[in-house]
Amino acid sequence: MKIKSILMASALAGVAGAALAESHGGQEVVMMSWGGAYGKSQEEAYNKPFTAETGIPVTMVDADNPATPLKAQVEAGNVSIDVADVEFSDAVRLCDEGLLEEIDPSILPPAPDGTPAAEDFIDGAIQDCAVANIVWSTVMAYNADAFTTAPDSIDDFFNLDEFPGKRGLRKTAKATLEMALMADGVPAGEVYDVLETEEGIDRAFAKLDTIKDSIVWWEAGAQPPQLLADGEVTMSTAYNGRIFNAAVAEGQPLEIVWDGQILDFDLFVIPKGAPHKDAAMQYIAFATDTQRLADQAKWISYGPARKSSGALVGLYQDGKTEMAPHMPTAAANLENALVNNFEFWVDMDAELNERFNAWLAQ
Amino acid sequence: MSDRNEIPVDPHVAVVATATGVIDGDLTTADGRPLKKALQSANAVRRRRAFYLVAPLLVFILVTFIFPIGQMLHRSFYNEGFTVHEDVTTGVRTPIMTDLTAWFEAHPRGTEPDEAAFVALRNGIAQLDELKAAGSAGTRINYIRSGSRSMFTKAGRKWDKMEPPYKEAFLELDEEWGDPELWSAMRSASHSYTLDFYLAAVDLARDVEGQVVAVDVKRQVYVKLFIRTLILSVLITFLTFILAYPIAHLLATLPLRYSNLLMIFVLLPFWTSLLVRTTSWMVLLQSQGVVNDALVATGLLSDENRLQMMYNQIGTVVAMTHILLPFMVLPLYSVMRPIDPSYVRAARSLGATSWTAFRRIYFPQTVPGIGAGALLVFILAVGYYITPALVGGADGQLISNLIAFHMQKSLNWSLAAALASILLAGVLVLYWLYDKLVGIDNLKLG
Repeated sequence: MKIKSILMASALAGVAGAALAESHGGQEVVMMSWGGAYGKSQEEAYNKPFTAETGIPVTMVDADNPATPLKAQVEAGNVSIDVADVEFSDAVRLCDEGLLEEIDPSILPPAPDGTPAAEDFIDGAIQDCAVANIVWSTVMAYNADAFTTAPDSIDDFFNLDEFPGKRGLRKTAKATLEMALMADGVPAGEVYDVLETEEGIDRAFAKLDTIKDSIVWWEAGAQPPQLLADGEVTMSTAYNGRIFNAAVAEGQPLEIVWDGQILDFDLFVIPKGAPHKDAAMQYIAFATDTQRLADQAKWISYGPARKSSGALVGLYQDGKTEMAPHMPTAAANLENALVNNFEFWVDMDAELNERFNAWLAQ
Repeated sequence: MSDRNEIPVDPHVAVVATATGVIDGDLTTADGRPLKKALQSANAVRRRRAFYLVAPLLVFILVTFIFPIGQMLHRSFYNEGFTVHEDVTTGVRTPIMTDLTAWFEAHPRGTEPDEAAFVALRNGIAQLDELKAAGSAGTRINYIRSGSRSMFTKAGRKWDKMEPPYKEAFLELDEEWGDPELWSAMRSASHSYTLDFYLAAVDLARDVEGQVVAVDVKRQVYVKLFIRTLILSVLITFLTFILAYPIAHLLATLPLRYSNLLMIFVLLPFWTSLLVRTTSWMVLLQSQGVVNDALVATGLLSDENRLQMMYNQIGTVVAMTHILLPFMVLPLYSVMRPIDPSYVRAARSLGATSWTAFRRIYFPQTVPGIGAGALLVFILAVGYYITPALVGGADGQLISNLIAFHMQKSLNWSLAAALASILLAGVLVLYWLYDKLVGIDNLKLG
């Protein structure tokens, strides 16, 4: 009797669910992202309002790196996800391999003041098959207890006399060479032009030579806040979200220097053969509008990919920390900022990393 | 064991003399078959049963070990990035760059690319664009000549706007298209079978004329790391031997109840996660770590002169020696345990000094354990990469770190496979040397 009623109830629920789905044309959006605090920020800022406005339910699926299952699904011809959140390099690579739907930028809404989307988004944020939602950055951070005068520019990273102590750097050529050049006085806008030349590469390595003996190399994003908090290094490059978390959520005396930061994107893509392609397009247009991108900053310290969102960014979820100054995209932080050039790195990755490894082994 | 000295008889095979009573006649079984045949078929059945028993293991090893490793090694000299495109969704394989390959075959290396070559190139790129394969073909060329990938993707976007003569059109798009190095790279890549990756793995490259030359000194890294890996692995093997020998001796000679307790101390770290052990060494050895703090607190060291024991070779050697120690202790223990102490006592009673008794009597009996332990530790050390990656810093990196780099980051699997093949060959050579010098049958793993 009991079993029967449970069966009846679930059958009814199934019918009701199907009817509900039917009521908006059988539409839904299955969205794959990275989980954790980042996934939560998307759930709160994009998915819930999207369902409230359009009635289309959004199902969120977590993956370690959504690009991997996406590739597997398209290759197997059995696609179940409609939208995925991937890194820049993966977005371009998957698009090159023909695994993604192209996204027409005209579906993206303009800023509230009427600026067209193409101008409102930060340079590089709109690609053939992808639209950026957040900006994260590799920044220089320091332990405030270590110095009496605070470092304020990227050259201070290489100034061992005024700011003594070890330096943390990520053990890879990417970002490291760019920072070395910016510290050597190359303006952000010219970094990749200089780095394309043999002299430019030599110049970057020569700059790194000046602090080589003081460098502690890190590989995982969790290491720099730890190295800084332990006093193992006094300054380090780091991902801005990690430093924000250590400083605001854990109360460590860590500070970020935004000068010479290197920006990178996370982007929305639609796999080829997505079951609900139209709803996915609708979702991307909705989630990357000015207000939604600004709302996400309440949950995580990654910056919105639209310039117009900056003004709308409010408080952190603790209700007292003003998020705007913590955004990599805040106007003050963008004064000397470099946008990671993906094309440059797919071309030069092999050579520069070989040189980098050879330099390390010297 | 049985104290009766009977020859064991297989009860299933009843042996009778033949009925004719001829003494030199063939022996047959009870049912009249010749004994020899019966024995053969019984053995065949037994062998087949034994084979069925190990068959699952054999299949397992073939599927999960031999096949993937074979495929990986195959990659080191076979790369179809510039010759065949495989559609990911349908699995359809299309030959690409066929016109250009034909041109390369018709013209020797060093020929200046003419209009026909550029027409072939244009046709190839048009096909790449259709297949959405400009990126992957460009990546193959990029392995040899940096900066080529974007030239292919760009040309893939613009080929339909090009007008003959195509040579000028390409040079107008990007004058790098006239670079002899690029054409040399495309020529190399137009064959699926190539030794390029092995050359790259030993810091060599092909120049425009096809001669093998050393790469620019600023890019030479692999040979240096192979040598460093070899030296550090030998050093670590030696250190584990020095440390493990007395421990194993102590374990083998103590009464069981003490030695079992001590054995736990050897095994406990062995059972602990590798990452935990590595991180513990970081906590101990870093410049704000426990060891340095203790030295500063006792006044042996001033605060400014803290020792740098982590993020360099010292860190790598210390952490790896500790982690690999049980692999030396256990084989040594297993050979020392059964050594009868009366041998050494006999030597002493015959007038040998304790050193002579150790050198002539005890030590030779432990050699199989040393061989096994050294081989285990050395082979593990050669392939280690997590620990050097975490504690090695700049100069504590090993070749396996670069293999991991090419597997995970640069995605140049062919180069990773070539590096791994060279490492594998090196280990096999050492194994062969060991067999020649010590003898592989003289190996005791436990």
